[in-house]
Amino acid sequence: MSASPSDVERAAVDAVLGPPGDGDGRVVRGGREVRGRRHLLLPALRALQARAGWVSPGGLAYVSERLGVPPAEAYGVASFYAMLSTRPRPPAVLHLCEDLACRLAGAEELAAELERLHGPEGEDRDGRTWLRSPCLGLCERAPAALAVHAGERPREVACAPLGQTELAAFLAGGDVDGGVGPAPISAPQTADPEGWASLVLLRRVGRVDPGSLDDYRAHGGYEALRTAVALGPQGVIRELKDAKLLGRGGAAFPTGLKWELVAQQPVRPHYVVANADESEPGTFKDRVLMEHDPFALIEALTIAGFTAGAERGYVYLRGEYPHAFEALERAVAAARARGFLGPDVMGAGFAFDIEIRRGAGAYIAGEETALFNSIEGRRAEPRNKPPFPATHGLFGKPTVINNVETLVNVLEVLRVGGPAYAEVGTAESTGTRLFCVSGDVGRPGVYEVPCGTHLAELLTLAGGVRGGGRPKAVLLGGAAGAFVGPEDLELPLSFESAREAGVTLGSGVVMVFGEGADLVDAVLRIAAFFRDESCGQCVPCRVGTVRQEEALRRLASGRTLGTREDELALLADVAQVMRDASICGLGQTAANAVWSAISRLGVFG
Amino acid sequence: MKVPVAPPRRLVEVEIDGRSVRVPEGSTILQACRAEGIETPTICYAENLTPVNVCRVCVVEVEGARALVPACSRTVEPGMKVRTDTERVRRSRRLVLEFLASSVDLSLAPDLHRWQEVYEAHPERFGALMEPAAEGERDGREPGRHVPVEPGTAETVAQPVKIDNDLYVRDYARCVLCYRCVEACGDDAQGTYAIAVAGRGFDARISTEFAVPLPESACVYCGNCIGVCPTGALMFKTEHDLRREGRWDEARQTVTTTVCPYCGVGCNLELHVQDGEIVKVTSPADHDVTSGHLCIKGRFGFTFTRA
Repeated sequence: MSASPSDVERAAVDAVLGPPGDGDGRVVRGGREVRGRRHLLLPALRALQARAGWVSPGGLAYVSERLGVPPAEAYGVASFYAMLSTRPRPPAVLHLCEDLACRLAGAEELAAELERLHGPEGEDRDGRTWLRSPCLGLCERAPAALAVHAGERPREVACAPLGQTELAAFLAGGDVDGGVGPAPISAPQTADPEGWASLVLLRRVGRVDPGSLDDYRAHGGYEALRTAVALGPQGVIRELKDAKLLGRGGAAFPTGLKWELVAQQPVRPHYVVANADESEPGTFKDRVLMEHDPFALIEALTIAGFTAGAERGYVYLRGEYPHAFEALERAVAAARARGFLGPDVMGAGFAFDIEIRRGAGAYIAGEETALFNSIEGRRAEPRNKPPFPATHGLFGKPTVINNVETLVNVLEVLRVGGPAYAEVGTAESTGTRLFCVSGDVGRPGVYEVPCGTHLAELLTLAGGVRGGGRPKAVLLGGAAGAFVGPEDLELPLSFESAREAGVTLGSGVVMVFGEGADLVDAVLRIAAFFRDESCGQCVPCRVGTVRQEEALRRLASGRTLGTREDELALLADVAQVMRDASICGLGQTAANAVWSAISRLGVFG
Repeated sequence: MKVPVAPPRRLVEVEIDGRSVRVPEGSTILQACRAEGIETPTICYAENLTPVNVCRVCVVEVEGARALVPACSRTVEPGMKVRTDTERVRRSRRLVLEFLASSVDLSLAPDLHRWQEVYEAHPERFGALMEPAAEGERDGREPGRHVPVEPGTAETVAQPVKIDNDLYVRDYARCVLCYRCVEACGDDAQGTYAIAVAGRGFDARISTEFAVPLPESACVYCGNCIGVCPTGALMFKTEHDLRREGRWDEARQTVTTTVCPYCGVGCNLELHVQDGEIVKVTSPADHDVTSGHLCIKGRFGFTFTRA
């Protein structure tokens, strides 16, 4: 198909890809050199979206030509991500979070208000519109929205809490205020001198200037990297093993073993990747870390690169985190300017640099192999495992991929040493953990507690259930996690206790549902979420998430096919095939929270 | 006859359903099962394409693995213990078949009918099928949003057939999204890349860029996508027209194997002839010249026979 880009679209793409080789843009060279730049596809599509408000046929054709990507494949990628639009979209869009924590804080009322004042979702009025969005990771300040302005000076502003005033301001053509929330709101422990003393991962949050490398160093920054260089890669791995550090992204894989496996691979190059695609509904801990202490992630990833023998690291950041992106981008530039990244890091004789890649609205891109595909310029579809990332990761090479919180833990391991680190927490779950407490609690926010802390203690720390009393339910681990009831509040928050109780801590979500909360609504939302976020690759998940939502809607509406028991049996079948036969963790966990609500809480009982 | 060029492979011993089996190193579980005569259903797998393991109907239980594994792409390892007929395996296979049969028109996929009987699939239990989508509606669906169907109805991919050229039609109401056509169009055969998977989740679909008609796309009409389609979603226009008129009758057809007259490559053609007219051209997937793939001339260049 032949469509031509406008001049502004061409310029936006050239700003990412560099000017076309021959000067006048009429001749495009092909071959391996051009195709080898396919990994720039998503950045180029993002640039089109930011400039023009959508990915037009002309813009897509130009990107395809520049990168040697077949247009059909480029369209397949563009149409995969929710933040990219392949149809004209007004330049100003308010993405209103309709996910769990924001629902508890009145998101549906705001949606109704928007519908009343503006009109239906997606309707263009004076170049503005609004759209519903899955969790924006601003749950501590719910209800939340993200204002995205396309144009010559594209802007993205997080807006939370979103009130009537902000909403009216946006519709009136103004800007919404927002951005990074104050540290004491996002991480309440940082405001309290007594609580602060016990903090490890959040120690610098709110105390350090996120824009200043000097301030970071004044707060102990880059000491861990020095220690790592002194210990050597083998020494770092030994400390991590002594620390018994387990991954915080959900799968709890031993970090030391992961790094060692990659370090041992003879194939080169190696890569290290920080998984900052924090998209699990109810999760916002990594965002708070990156916005308030970005150098910590940069330093930790540098240590990973040094240890695993990688010269290049990527931070894959979820597209809905503009302020974390700004903080990280500044931090990377500062570190590079001062020799903490580059051909000879700290004069220690090793090369390492970091590139930040932004997602574009796809929960599945947080699955590690889908994330690799996303960076490589392909649809973020998970790969079948084996082979595992340690041997066949990014660009098919040995790759360390860790969650942001896991990486930041490495700094502490090196600060105090592995054995001392392991003294905190329980025997199997060492160290501290970040929990994202949201919903009906007094002080929502990120809380850092030693592994093994009881759920009730954590809730007390967060100001207890809003309005007093006991919660109706607590969602642990997010949409892929499980509900527990008020009788489970004594649960110790450790990997082993969670496993025993048949729940998961996942990414540290602790979402509280108070007495008045509508659990049926929450379950329906979770089902809709998975239906929206399935990549569509494998049958069990692609169709299973649809059939699950349909059955739940029938139960909720009372219009069941057969008896209630028939419907529950059908749901059990659907859950089983998704768990057993899906390619990746999304499908395998898509029924967890739904089933826990049915079996533990008696929703639809 | 293919001349073996690879050195002989070492044999690996695995256990399938309690039986000890020796297969060459690098074989897949599916190959091992077939060597043992264990029938294993497949949909997305084709012997002339790279396995994509997306349909999940071939899943088996491997000892030590948490989830079931796709037999079509998992290679055997020494000492691997595989079970192909457990309750878990049967349930997953049944559900995959039910999911497809309740969302896709499988009336031209006889194999899948047989498997549904074998696994006692009851696709009707998900409710009445939704009305077909309006023309082009599914092509415009946006990722990350959907409108739930009325309670009691089951969402499907039903939609009007796409007829935008004289050679073949695309009936995506029959598409199980096995990726075979995308592979045949791209890396595995033709290298044209006219089609790819677009959209996400249940709204994922095979599409050209911006769903433009085939004549505006990169399509070269080799028809290799038709050759690999397991459900009749991609079909010769001749076949489509005859079926619509109720005149398609495989019992009255003969298949003549010959060599393509157009160039010197030597592609085998199978001419499907009904009432003295060629109605379809295929090539055997195990033919060592074509691997089942042809070009536009071999596939569609037969109308001169009527002149």
